[in-house]
Amino acid sequence: MTDVLGRDRPADFWSRLKESSLPGALAIFVVGIAGFFLLPDNLALLTRIIAIAFLVLSLDLVTGYCGVATLGHAALFGAGAYGAGIAAVHFGVTDPIAMTIVGGVSGAIAGLVCGSVILRAHGLPQLVLSIAVIHLFHEAANKASSWTGGSDGLSGIMPDPLLGLFEFDLWGKTAYLYGIGLLLVVFVFLRMIVHSPFGLMARGVREDHVRVAAMGVSVHSVLLRMYVLSGMVAGIGGALSAVATQVVGLDSLSFTLSAQALVMLVVGGTGSLYGALIGTVLFLFFEDVVSAANPFHWLAIVGALLIAVVLFAPRGLYGTAISIIRERRKKSAA
Amino acid sequence: MQTVLSVAIDALAYGMVLFVISIGLSITMGLMRVVNLAHGAFAMIGGYLASYAARDLGLGYAAALLIAVIGTIIIAIPLERFLYRRIYGAPELTQVLMTIGITFCIIGIANFVFGPTLKTIPLPETLRGATDVGFRTIATHRIFAIAIGAAIAVLLWCLVEKTSYGIRLRASVDNSAMAAALGVRTELVYAASFAIAVGLAALGGAVGAELLPVEPYYALRYMVTFLVVVSIGGSGSIGGALLASLLLGAIDTTGRYFAPEYGEFFFYLAVIVIVAVFPRGLAGRRA
Repeated sequence: MTDVLGRDRPADFWSRLKESSLPGALAIFVVGIAGFFLLPDNLALLTRIIAIAFLVLSLDLVTGYCGVATLGHAALFGAGAYGAGIAAVHFGVTDPIAMTIVGGVSGAIAGLVCGSVILRAHGLPQLVLSIAVIHLFHEAANKASSWTGGSDGLSGIMPDPLLGLFEFDLWGKTAYLYGIGLLLVVFVFLRMIVHSPFGLMARGVREDHVRVAAMGVSVHSVLLRMYVLSGMVAGIGGALSAVATQVVGLDSLSFTLSAQALVMLVVGGTGSLYGALIGTVLFLFFEDVVSAANPFHWLAIVGALLIAVVLFAPRGLYGTAISIIRERRKKSAA
Repeated sequence: MQTVLSVAIDALAYGMVLFVISIGLSITMGLMRVVNLAHGAFAMIGGYLASYAARDLGLGYAAALLIAVIGTIIIAIPLERFLYRRIYGAPELTQVLMTIGITFCIIGIANFVFGPTLKTIPLPETLRGATDVGFRTIATHRIFAIAIGAAIAVLLWCLVEKTSYGIRLRASVDNSAMAAALGVRTELVYAASFAIAVGLAALGGAVGAELLPVEPYYALRYMVTFLVVVSIGGSGSIGGALLASLLLGAIDTTGRYFAPEYGEFFFYLAVIVIVAVFPRGLAGRRA
């Protein structure tokens, strides 16, 4: 059986799933376990990388797959983090898995709200709307300090042991392994989504939305559904960060985080889940090393890197690497 | 009544500074279709140069402003030649990334050269203190900022509507290929407009340093505000940019006076409402 892109694909659902996401899931698993044993003192950083990876994956869904440029995507991440945190502090929902679900749901709701605002416009007004939305969320969270702790952050989040068995320890081992597990599940789920007819429709919207509309599909509804999905993924990341650090700060709802997420996505490569993951890991790892020395040098380096990527590797590191490998293969086959 | 008047004067001065800086962005956006997030960085460079000229070289205020404008244009020309030309006509995401990269670089370099502290531009004797305008006194610098903004608006309007350069500019905006076929050297028009845009940004950054203090994160902090002004005014429209600057200046200043604990909540709420109601901006033309 061949798919729309003309590739041969097995007909059966499970073997298709295995083919599309097994190598990636395996790679995440191996790298994750290697990180656990190679950097046992840096598990907090590694867990943060995983949490942000959810945000970048979710941004990839709307920016990479649908072509919506947004500088306000941290709103969905922050909504998940605050949702999980508020559930734990004010409503006593301290089971980590329940907190994650609450985070995902709040992220999805935030996605619905943000999506219905941001998708009203195109081009520059769309960008401005996304910026306005993230600032609005930020100011609202700052003002509602009885719920969110305001600028002091929401503290006192005490998650129960995972499945009633594994305590969240001081070294962050449980949090890290929980993060890896969540990432595996979400990754496989997202592979399924982007290879589904719905995912292909989203790509169609990015390539030529007029044509998709002419086919009788509501472009707005495709984009909005993707936004809700993306909100769920980002919300899970936010909840993971709330569970792991036991505090939610206003910086999780900041314009800076949104812009950084976009940079990570672009450095890694838009329109591919692997690109999003690679970009996140590289960016946060080097940020940790360089910004410890001087934050302004780090900013200048990120700027130069962005210019270089736009000029020389417009498809990001992963996309460029893939196309180089394909060129090689073509040459050796010829 | 007193409060209302002083809020109105502050709002007007702030709006005029916003206008002087943003109109350049509006020109580049309307003409070259570049979403230039580095525009705030050029305003910041102008502020730094003026501060350096006035404080460290001991030059007068007028000379400092002139150095700020010319110096920033000299810095911006190679950037236009080597970086911006590659992203004309590119997708928005590419333009956003490239110009945000330029902004990050400029912030890092500005901090390296001038340090992280706030820079002031000492005002001359004549602009310090307050002026009596009959029924009340107003800080002289505010009047100066308002006058500069009004003068720029009139000058630009004359330039675009009454000169042959203006005709070429409008022709290139409407249809660049057709204008080139009719003998307009669009490359020169682009370069001149970019220089004017950057020069205005530098002027605004230097004149407005009292209201928008100059420090390394200036470029990021106010970038959003300038983008908002252009998007609400409708790119390429002088009247629209003026209207949007005054409107947003009024909303922001009023919010700060009467509900400071809400920060910029009302400002961004207003932005969302305006963009939702006028997706092409207040004076935007159909694409």
